Amino acid sequence: MDARRGSEPTPMRNRTTVERKSERELVVTRTFNGPARLVFEAWTKPELFKRWWVPKSMGMSLRSCEMDVRVGGKYRLEFEPDAVAFFGTYREVTPHSRLVWSNEESGEASVTTVTFEERGGKTFLVMRELYPSKEALDAAGTGAADATVETFAQLDELLLTMGASV
Amino acid sequence: MVQYASRRLDASFSALSDVTRRGVLEQLERADASITDLADKFHMTLTGMKKHVGVLERAGLVTTEKVGRVRTCKLGRRRLDEEAAWIERHRQLWDARFDELDNVVEELKQREKVDGRKKRE
Repeated sequence: MDARRGSEPTPMRNRTTVERKSERELVVTRTFNGPARLVFEAWTKPELFKRWWVPKSMGMSLRSCEMDVRVGGKYRLEFEPDAVAFFGTYREVTPHSRLVWSNEESGEASVTTVTFEERGGKTFLVMRELYPSKEALDAAGTGAADATVETFAQLDELLLTMGASV
Repeated sequence: MVQYASRRLDASFSALSDVTRRGVLEQLERADASITDLADKFHMTLTGMKKHVGVLERAGLVTTEKVGRVRTCKLGRRRLDEEAAWIERHRQLWDARFDELDNVVEELKQREKVDGRKKRE
């Protein structure tokens, strides 16, 4: 399964942790091997942001990415092929250390807070997503990864139907 | 995760390969039942039914709970599996994003190095 080619140097990969802190809050952490100003730049410049925000495994790509990174500024991401849009407003912008924005594409907005903490030339990043309700977090989408789980759930259902129809 | 999932599928399929076990699931979809009820309904011995229920239980399709002398069977909810899968799904997404972000940060670092060199020249 490891598609990495032998000739490439293996970069040191840091671990991504994901924890559901409460019914309404998801917390993701990761260390990056670079100073906070560069990691922050990659979160706040659209031409950089769009290179990593939609990984291939999501099964989607970005049609457009607009980001007006200042308090009260708007952002808008549009996906292909189905023109789904994510949009919202920046609430806090503290260069190299803190970003807060609201996600307004669904009726009840969730709020994303990202902190960048530099530790010896590396950056420890914490991202918190606070949802308005447990149900909203339960339903939070992850793109193609959902499809895998959905497929699995459908198979479960099919199995039960097979059992029931005999 | 993948291995775990395929093991679970194997168990599910083999559990469902038997007509009695499929009938038991159908029965439990309507209402919880004791092993004795199920044995009666399917004209089997208690021991035979216990075996079938055991197979379904190992596949996660059924859960059982003993209250007093009666073991009650119900459809398995796989709640823990679902929660683990939910977290894993989010972890995979963020991990994939952050692997790409690593590349972007690496490039920015290289760019700074080059720029720094240019300035010194």
